[in-house]
Parts: sequence; structure tokens; C-alpha cells
Amino acid sequence: MARAAVRGRLNWTLGEVVELTDETPRVRTIFLEVPEWPGHRAGQHVDVRLTAEDGYQAQRSYSIASAPEDGRLAITVERLPDGEVSEYLVGELRRGDMLELRGPIGGYFVWEAGSDGPLLLVAGGSGIVPLMSMLRHRRASDGTVGARLLYSSRSWDEVIYRDELERLAAGSNGPEVIHTLTRSQPPGWKGYARRVDGAMLAEAAWATASMPMTFVCGPTSFVESVAGGLVLLGYPSNTVKTERFGPTGG
Amino acid sequence: MEGEALRLDGNAIAGTLGEMFVQEMTEARIACKGCGNVEPVGAEHAYVQAPGIVLRCSHCDEALLVMTRTAGRHRIWFPRSHWLEMGEPTDS
Repeated sequence: MARAAVRGRLNWTLGEVVELTDETPRVRTIFLEVPEWPGHRAGQHVDVRLTAEDGYQAQRSYSIASAPEDGRLAITVERLPDGEVSEYLVGELRRGDMLELRGPIGGYFVWEAGSDGPLLLVAGGSGIVPLMSMLRHRRASDGTVGARLLYSSRSWDEVIYRDELERLAAGSNGPEVIHTLTRSQPPGWKGYARRVDGAMLAEAAWATASMPMTFVCGPTSFVESVAGGLVLLGYPSNTVKTERFGPTGG
Repeated sequence: MEGEALRLDGNAIAGTLGEMFVQEMTEARIACKGCGNVEPVGAEHAYVQAPGIVLRCSHCDEALLVMTRTAGRHRIWFPRSHWLEMGEPTDS
């Protein structure tokens, strides 16, 4: 996806909401048509700015959920308690509305199909979003490098992209998808039912000799616990890339 | 709230840096004066809840870069970093 053109400084542009999909009761995907979108890489994010009638502005950063190959830009937003931006995006936004956007942003937390080494993705809650862009990118480019996702959710109903992950995993060269459900589990659940810990990472992670590339995304405490656990397993810290969501995103 | 809970990655300040630099800044490297480690900006720790933005060393917690904006003026200073190194201004 490398482009030679000078990007210039980041500018705000407009995108039109063309579709809205509820992923879980608190999480919604917003599909956007952005005429001036220059394309993006899997793992990048976009800033969204809202302006009230009195001129008050609020701005947040959201991971891009769509693959670079997808026709429409997608972000997936979790409604946070008292989140002035997420409340609006999940609760109020309608098809045909316009959103002010700036991006794509970032280049460090990025994965390109064709990179060496198997891929290990570890997600906590809505931390799945940039990792989903990577899995969609891998499928769109017929990637064959091994991929494994360890995904921690509170309950089965809160698993974002649940059906699509099942389809991806069932496809040829599909990723291995390993769920852990930390608060409640459906009857007959045979998977993990606790927070990600060292023992779980030891079972789920690739052998260090295979030189995996690892991306960890979720709340700060989750990311730091997982990254620390991987380093204890012998993963070189410069192969473990992290994206912390912080306590809330607002 | 505990400082640790507010800790983000350098990725979180990429948009603000993008207002000032034409380069993609999370892959720029920054050298810590405290411990000598050199890391990509995206791998360092960022705190965005302060009146400004503070980037701290992920190894020793020294303040590498501080940014504020008041009355339309941006100020960036480097309390405890030796240098900041970035690539050519191309879209990668």
C-alpha cells in the first residue's frame, strides 16, 4: 500500500454515514463514504470531531475496523458510560449524517500482509477493532502466514464480530480464534473462562523460535498484563506492539 | 484516577503530532536522556489528560516530549530526550 506522494499535514475531511450495524448491545459499526480518503493500513486509526450548535467541539480517536481493501471505511465504537462522543456515535448517529474525520493516523501499530513470521493478536473487549482490520486484510490478500487470535470478552453476547470471526476461522488458511469469557459463559462452554494470564498465553502463543509478530490491544491494564506475560515467555519486547485504550475513550 | 490507568501509547498522540509534522510520527525514533534507550514514538507512553500532552520513556518514565497549545500557538519541548529522528516526509 506504499504511496510515494507527500502526505502533507493532517487535515479534516467529511465522511457520510452510509450504514450502521449493531455488533453487540453497546457496540456499533459505522460505515462511511469518504471521498477524499487516501487509503489506510491495517491497525491505523482515525480522529472523529463533533461540533455542537454552540461551537463546542469534542474529538476522539477510533481504530479503523475495515481492511485497506474494503470499499468503505468502517469504525467500530463502544458506548462508554458518560462518553460524550461515543454516546452520540452509538446512540444518535443516523444514515446520511456527515462526520468530520482526520486520518489515517499512525504507522507503528500496523501490520502488512506479507510480513514475516506468524501473527499473534491479543484483544481485550473493543481492542479487537484494529486487530480485525488486520485479519480482514490478511484474508483479502490471501495471506498464508499463520495467525492466531486470543480474544477476551466479558460474555458471549459481548463478543464483537462473533459470526465473522467464526467464518474467518472456518475458511481455508483461516486464523485460529481462541475466546476467553471472563464474567459469564453460555451453558456447555468448554473454552477459557478467566482473564488472560501467563498459563493461557503459554498455551495460545506461538513458539518464540517462529519469530512471531504480536499486536496487543485493549484497556491499559489488560495490555500491560499481556505484554508483560509475553516478555516473560521470551518474546522480545520489540516484537510485541501495543495499543492501550486507557480507562475509557469517552 | 491512578496514573497507570491513564497511560496510553505514543500512537494516541499521532493525530496531534500530525498537526505539526508532515511525517508519520509514531515511527519516528526518540532517544531518552535518562536511560539512553531509543524507541519509536509509538512504543513510548503517552499521557493526554494533562493540560498538554506528555510522552514518557517506556523504560525509565522520564519526560521525553511535552506539547501544549494555547491561543493558536503550538509549543513542543524536550525535557529529557537527546534527539527525535524521523524519515522523509512521505506517506508510507
